[in-house]
Amino acid sequence: MSASLPPIGMLAEITHRCPLQCPYCSNPVELLKANRELDTRTWLDLFDQAADLGVLQVHLSGGEPTLRRDLEQLIAGLAARGVYTNLITAGVGIADGRIEAFAEVGLDHLQLSFQGARAETTDRIGNHGGSHEKKLETARRARAAGLPLTINAPIHRHNIEEVPEFIELALSLGAERLEIANVQYAGWALTNRDALMPDREAVDRQGEIVEAARERLTGIMNIDFVTPDYFATYPKPCMGGWARDAFMVAPDGAVLPCHAAQTIPSLAFERFGARTLAGIWNDSPAFNAFRGTDWMQEPCRSCERREIDWGGCRCQAMAIAGDAAATDPACVKSPIHARMAALIDEARHAAEGAPADVPFVHRRIGTVVDM
Amino acid sequence: MTMPRQRMLVSGGSKPSLPNHVRIQFDPLRQAYAVLAPEKIFWPNEISLDILRRCDGSSTVETIVADLASDYDAPEEDVEGDVTTFLQEWSDKLLVRL
Repeated sequence: MSASLPPIGMLAEITHRCPLQCPYCSNPVELLKANRELDTRTWLDLFDQAADLGVLQVHLSGGEPTLRRDLEQLIAGLAARGVYTNLITAGVGIADGRIEAFAEVGLDHLQLSFQGARAETTDRIGNHGGSHEKKLETARRARAAGLPLTINAPIHRHNIEEVPEFIELALSLGAERLEIANVQYAGWALTNRDALMPDREAVDRQGEIVEAARERLTGIMNIDFVTPDYFATYPKPCMGGWARDAFMVAPDGAVLPCHAAQTIPSLAFERFGARTLAGIWNDSPAFNAFRGTDWMQEPCRSCERREIDWGGCRCQAMAIAGDAAATDPACVKSPIHARMAALIDEARHAAEGAPADVPFVHRRIGTVVDM
Repeated sequence: MTMPRQRMLVSGGSKPSLPNHVRIQFDPLRQAYAVLAPEKIFWPNEISLDILRRCDGSSTVETIVADLASDYDAPEEDVEGDVTTFLQEWSDKLLVRL
């Protein structure tokens, strides 16, 4: 078991409620209703303990975090501790005056998602008519309130051809960052994998477009590129390594090493309130399960990249290799790496046979998903 | 706070500043200065910190270079090269405004 370092970042999913129903939502397939959410006082206590523990940056997310009426109080609590705050929003249905209020109480940065670069794509993917127009208005209000803006574009088969338009959209909105984030196949996205998986040619084209834009836009806009795992040679250092410098908290206070950790059936997670945050971070068996490198099997154990990618994603190993301690199959050294290419092919065949108008299971609270 | 619409290049007359949303903060737990920025945290070394602290929006690069050359007892030409490279890199990442 490896010793823990103080965490730097925390993702707080303060609610699972959301006006959008994106088919790749990173929330778990079993969504929590409002009555399971921590109250204001508990979140503020948790934020205090996070700051004491070493957290410097908090990402306030959801669901849609602005559905919490106490968001201003939560931001103010973090700002009072000098914690850098980032609001991750879908930008739909935010009441007049609130964005300005967030800025006033100390919000540092706003990240706004666009499901498409075109209105019809955004509205269709999120299953919410008129959402694109509302997002444009949110971006304008954020800039007018003096907030720096990141545009987040989750990429998949149905919008990968819009990447050049996403770049122009982000520029036109005065964003200083654009995330071209290829969808990660966990949770809802795994349910919809066949419908979302892009073709290899489109992925290659996307890479060239992003590379050229990065060069052209140096000093104007930063483009972060989250590459698609299934097409990768090496895995990503998921969360910067399990329980290494970041963690997340679910709406009910469950403290998790990553978004999808609850898909690993051998792990039990503890809730804030039943135990302190420091206790969970330092001693919880779920956090210690894959911390550091001692848990690794071959080929990770003797790999020279073991402290670069930390074995990749444990949830992807669980989903595809059936063993959370296996090498992430995204890695070329994984004995089942070829399975990734096979899944890309399977998705392509499935997509060719599918009706074009009903491709997804949209996320909903209470949806029964047949995995 | 307007975003630059073209890449800014460092010159002797540039007056660099940190945007509001990029801040230098001492972390008592780690006993080090962090630079907090959108989705990023940097841990600058002492020289980088000395440059960033002088990015007040009123001092020119020439003044900053002269200041640092005197503090570090180093030739101005050397300091100028290092400071220019550093500020161009940070401006290109949108962490410093010129």
